[in-house]
Amino acid sequence: MTTPDKLRIGSREAIRLVAVREITVRIRSKAFLVLLAITAAAAVAIPLISHYANLSSGPTRIAVVQQDASLAPALQATAAQLGQKVTVSTVADRATGVDQVRSGDVAVLAESGPQGIRATVKKSLSTPLNQLFQVVDQQAALNAQITKLGGDPATVGQAVASAKVQVTELQPAKARNGQRLTIAIVAALLLYMTLMFVGQSVAQGVVEEKSSRVVELLLSTLRPWQLLAGKVFGTGLLGLIQMLVPAVLGVGVGLFTGALSLSLGSSIGTVAWALAWYGVGFALYALVFAALGATVSRQEDVGGLVLPATAPLILAWVVGISVVPSNPESSLVEWLSMVPPCAPVLMPMRIAMGVAPLWEMLLSLVLALAFSGVLLRFAGRIYRNAVLRSGARIPLREALKAA
Amino acid sequence: MSDRRLEVDGVSKRYGDTVALSGMTFEVRAGEIFGFVGSNGAGKTTTMRIALGVLAADAGEVRWDGTPVTLETRSRIGYMPEERGLYPRMKVGEQLEYLARLHGLTRVDAVRATAEWTERLGVAGRLGDEVQKLSLGNQQRVQLAAALVHHPEILVLDEPFSGLDPVAVDVMSEVLREKCADGVPVIFSSHQLDLVERISDRVGIVRAGRMVAVGTVAELRSGGTEELVVEAPQAAQGWADALPGVTVLTQDGGRTVLSLGTDADDQAVLRAALATGPVREFARRQPSLTELFRHVVSAQDKPEEAAA
Repeated sequence: MTTPDKLRIGSREAIRLVAVREITVRIRSKAFLVLLAITAAAAVAIPLISHYANLSSGPTRIAVVQQDASLAPALQATAAQLGQKVTVSTVADRATGVDQVRSGDVAVLAESGPQGIRATVKKSLSTPLNQLFQVVDQQAALNAQITKLGGDPATVGQAVASAKVQVTELQPAKARNGQRLTIAIVAALLLYMTLMFVGQSVAQGVVEEKSSRVVELLLSTLRPWQLLAGKVFGTGLLGLIQMLVPAVLGVGVGLFTGALSLSLGSSIGTVAWALAWYGVGFALYALVFAALGATVSRQEDVGGLVLPATAPLILAWVVGISVVPSNPESSLVEWLSMVPPCAPVLMPMRIAMGVAPLWEMLLSLVLALAFSGVLLRFAGRIYRNAVLRSGARIPLREALKAA
Repeated sequence: MSDRRLEVDGVSKRYGDTVALSGMTFEVRAGEIFGFVGSNGAGKTTTMRIALGVLAADAGEVRWDGTPVTLETRSRIGYMPEERGLYPRMKVGEQLEYLARLHGLTRVDAVRATAEWTERLGVAGRLGDEVQKLSLGNQQRVQLAAALVHHPEILVLDEPFSGLDPVAVDVMSEVLREKCADGVPVIFSSHQLDLVERISDRVGIVRAGRMVAVGTVAELRSGGTEELVVEAPQAAQGWADALPGVTVLTQDGGRTVLSLGTDADDQAVLRAALATGPVREFARRQPSLTELFRHVVSAQDKPEEAAA
């Protein structure tokens, strides 16, 4: 013997070795790198695009001819009231104005006429401009009538402006903040994609070992649960990288460019909850996928297995993306966010929207953890019974039963 | 040399209604190469898988050095499964180091053992290649390296020679011999009976889940009847029929094959042959392992053998 005999390695060391192998092999795989590159690029691009979109949407340019110069202050004042941003420039004559419209230097040439403003545009008058001109015309007509009746248009204007509806909200809706919604959707999407990816990776990894028969070699020195645990931990850590990189990049770029105006604390809170839910969701799905993977011997069979198991995940994502934007406090979403297989996508979404009370957050978390505890029992059993049996797909009932 | 031994004692296994093993019993001593032969489905692979704990036995026990084999013992067994098992997309070097470390070697030892065995088995140049890029023969060499890389105390190899070219067969036999000289019990299965005959110290013939014959090749032969080949070109048909204790098996022209009973005298046969004219060849023929195997398997198993 060239080397003295070593005693068997301990469980922790065994799990560590399996997990490290899983990470080092998968981190170099194209599927992982491509997905990471896409999500990271998207995470950087979304806040950047929204940042530059805000910068480039400058004021609408309006041209008026010299003799209508008095129109300019009215247009600017009314635009300000309507919350529109406009700049008004004066051109020498109509021909110059029309040229500028044609060349796109200005959006519209406005002239006063007997029936009100005459607008010349390249193709069609935009709705905001139409509204602006109409209000200016109405104001002019009103002012003319007020003056005629001996009143002061300015006083009337003030009186009108001071009239306001008083509202008492008995059950005030949470602020529907566009940014919260964006974060909620991005968080849900990341969780959905990562859980899908990680789940499939686990299933494929188990089948790879089975179909290549390397599992026989491994299980002559490892216990099944050690192999399963190492595999699940390793893939889970990879999924964490898959989540964390885009999340940190997105929040970082968002805060840096100012596209994200939520407080740092609230952003980090959302990210932290999303990560916690990743952990729970992963525990739920990875075990199911590992157990399912163990029942087949060929990669081709993985697809058919994975689909039914991902159904709750897909349901959660579809409901989330279609209901939450219009109705964040939907009771359907509220209920589903309590159902363990759907919770990992929907609960972080509700948390990001700021519509989940603390007790619901905690209850949903406890339910999901309890559920994954139950799954662990069954999944471990199926895996142990099925992983060494090659050939045709093993029915779940049989895998659960076999000693 | 130690007198430690790997004992397979009364191991039985059923798959549903199929009996795979029924009371399989034999032992392999330290420093001995044990050839395990039998028809397809006779139970060789099942026995090995049970010894490795990859499969649980319904009854019986596998012991090493007098104590039942545990997971700890198993980590000191070098195993080559029948259906080869390596990660196809993992590099040869990383794979062997990983397997060595799973068996308890430190990183440094694992790297050293990997270098040593790949060098020895002629695949050192492929350390950085993925296993799937290697030819089947080279994959087989890597598979053997995987069985050897953790300095096992026991070797259990299922069909280690299948698919190997003659050079690789020589390397593999040499390695087995060497391990055996180190005091490692080596058990291997094969359908290449001439090879088994050549390198095994003892042979076990298994049929329908039982060990039906076990011993050195010479011992197995002594059970069979002895044959005599006589080449006498001028001998007439039936020249030897009258000799006591002699049965003519075949006579083809001048060449006659006879089987000798216990009361037969080979010198009497020679005299009878010389009486017919010149004798060109007169030889005792020992049955080969292949013949013994056919004899053992077919004699006892007429009805079932057709299915296998």
